[in-house]
Amino acid sequence: MSTAADDQFYREYILDHYKNPRNYGRLDNPDITHEEDNPLCGDVVGMDFRVQEGVIEDIRFHGRGCAISQASASLLTERLKGMALDDAKKIDKHDVLGELGIQISPARIKCALLSLKVLKVGAYGLADDEDEV
Amino acid sequence: MSSNGTGRLDVAAIRKDFPIFETGIAYLDSANTSQRPRQVTGAMLDYFEHFNSNIHRAAYHIADVATERYEGTREKVRALINAASTKEIIYARGTTEAINLVAYSWGRKNVKAGDLIVLTILDHHSNIVPWQILAAANGARIEYVDIDDRGELRQDQFRELLKRSPKLVAFSQVSNALGTINPAQEMVKAAKAAGATVLVDGAQGAPHQGVDVQALGCDFYAFSGHKMLGPTGAGILYGRRELLEAMDPFQSGGDMIKTVRIEGTTYHDLPWKFEAGTQAIGEVIGLGAAVDYLGGLGMDAVRAHERELTEYAYEALSDIEGLTLYGPPPSRRAGVISFALAGIHPHDLATIADRDQVCLRAGHHCAMPLMTRLGVPATARASFYVYTQKDEVDRLVGSIKEAQRIFK
Ligand SMILES: Cc1ncc(COP(=O)(O)O)c(C=O)c1O
Repeated sequence: MSTAADDQFYREYILDHYKNPRNYGRLDNPDITHEEDNPLCGDVVGMDFRVQEGVIEDIRFHGRGCAISQASASLLTERLKGMALDDAKKIDKHDVLGELGIQISPARIKCALLSLKVLKVGAYGLADDEDEV
Repeated sequence: MSSNGTGRLDVAAIRKDFPIFETGIAYLDSANTSQRPRQVTGAMLDYFEHFNSNIHRAAYHIADVATERYEGTREKVRALINAASTKEIIYARGTTEAINLVAYSWGRKNVKAGDLIVLTILDHHSNIVPWQILAAANGARIEYVDIDDRGELRQDQFRELLKRSPKLVAFSQVSNALGTINPAQEMVKAAKAAGATVLVDGAQGAPHQGVDVQALGCDFYAFSGHKMLGPTGAGILYGRRELLEAMDPFQSGGDMIKTVRIEGTTYHDLPWKFEAGTQAIGEVIGLGAAVDYLGGLGMDAVRAHERELTEYAYEALSDIEGLTLYGPPPSRRAGVISFALAGIHPHDLATIADRDQVCLRAGHHCAMPLMTRLGVPATARASFYVYTQKDEVDRLVGSIKEAQRIFK
């Protein structure tokens, strides 16, 4: 049944990030590159990082999939650009979900957090552990 | 309930047997799991509340009733698929367990290094992975029959593969992902003529059309009760008696034995040889009630209803711009329609449909090789059953248009 939160599920800015993804594409010779997928729905997100003196100087993401996974990746790259790696490390799932600003059903949580997984596993080589993300 | 003598289902009357529709949902995911009528939940409740006890073991009245009802399902299922004997009807948790039973008990003994196993790209993971494990263990090879552009199995390629004398051929009667109805009888006949043992995955067959395993001619036939109005946890493996007799048990322990001595054990007769441990008694009783319910409707009427709905839905969806339909034309498919929308991921569509209480499946439908073959990560899928009405298809169309409006 429709609730107020549901009605905002596809808020304008999420659709905007989906249709006009920020920092989309690839970097030449990135310092870090990593890709993750969610086989259940076929979502793919990959990120290329250029890191100088501990700061994310540039970042690009690529991928395909649902609006939630792609908008979440686009939003995350906006936040990460110019950020110190140490600070990026502190980003957790509450930050990512908060940024999306919508109620995500349990079935779609994986879509929303795929980009965070790319960051965590790719940038820090953290174990591919759902709970960690 | 039932069809009203004209060979047509009285869907409005049928829906009254399914309390879940009082919630207002449009349920378009019956290929995943069906809903259950009161007659099924009632039969289970009767067991749990009035004669709950273990079967085959106790010398008191309620256990006799439980045993009788539990065993009674076997005859109902035998009649449903026209098996020669109830000894050929083995209870399993579902299609998956039934196929695993064959892969283990028949496969390990009979499939040797270098043997060929023929599967199809249309198959559900549960009719692929057990054979991959067997092939890895025994050194067999697997070949997959491809599909053509309409999502139908390439019979020419199948015939070529048969020339290589496969040990086993396993395929689904109906594809759960595309709805393709395979020419099962012809395929079994050709495979048998080539000397193969043949397993037919009937998970999407038996619930939706009349099945006669003797006419079909296969060695094994597997299906799940929960896709045919029954509960989860009760499914069926049909096997030809001489094959089942020669097979070793699958799981072992209580109930599947005749005598156990320190020096060794003799196994129980068919079908109990394959039913180790305390079974899903209430669920098997529920499955019996589901078979009765379907019998009351008549499988021809069930098929006719689904065919009409499928044509209706196919037509309605074809009219939508930016919508791609996968699989064969409606006359050659079961009540399953897989599709994709340009620019809208199936999961986003399913989420939007959910807001309208339309239950739609989105994903790879446990058929990842097929999705890879189609070049898509996922599809949206609507599937129908005896209680599905056109209004639910109309609601789906509404949700699709809403998604297109949002994503425009
Ligand atoms: C064609 C097919 N085979 C096998 C299965 C597996 O059935 P179950 O999960 O009941 O074991 C399914 C169910 O999704 C199916 O559609």
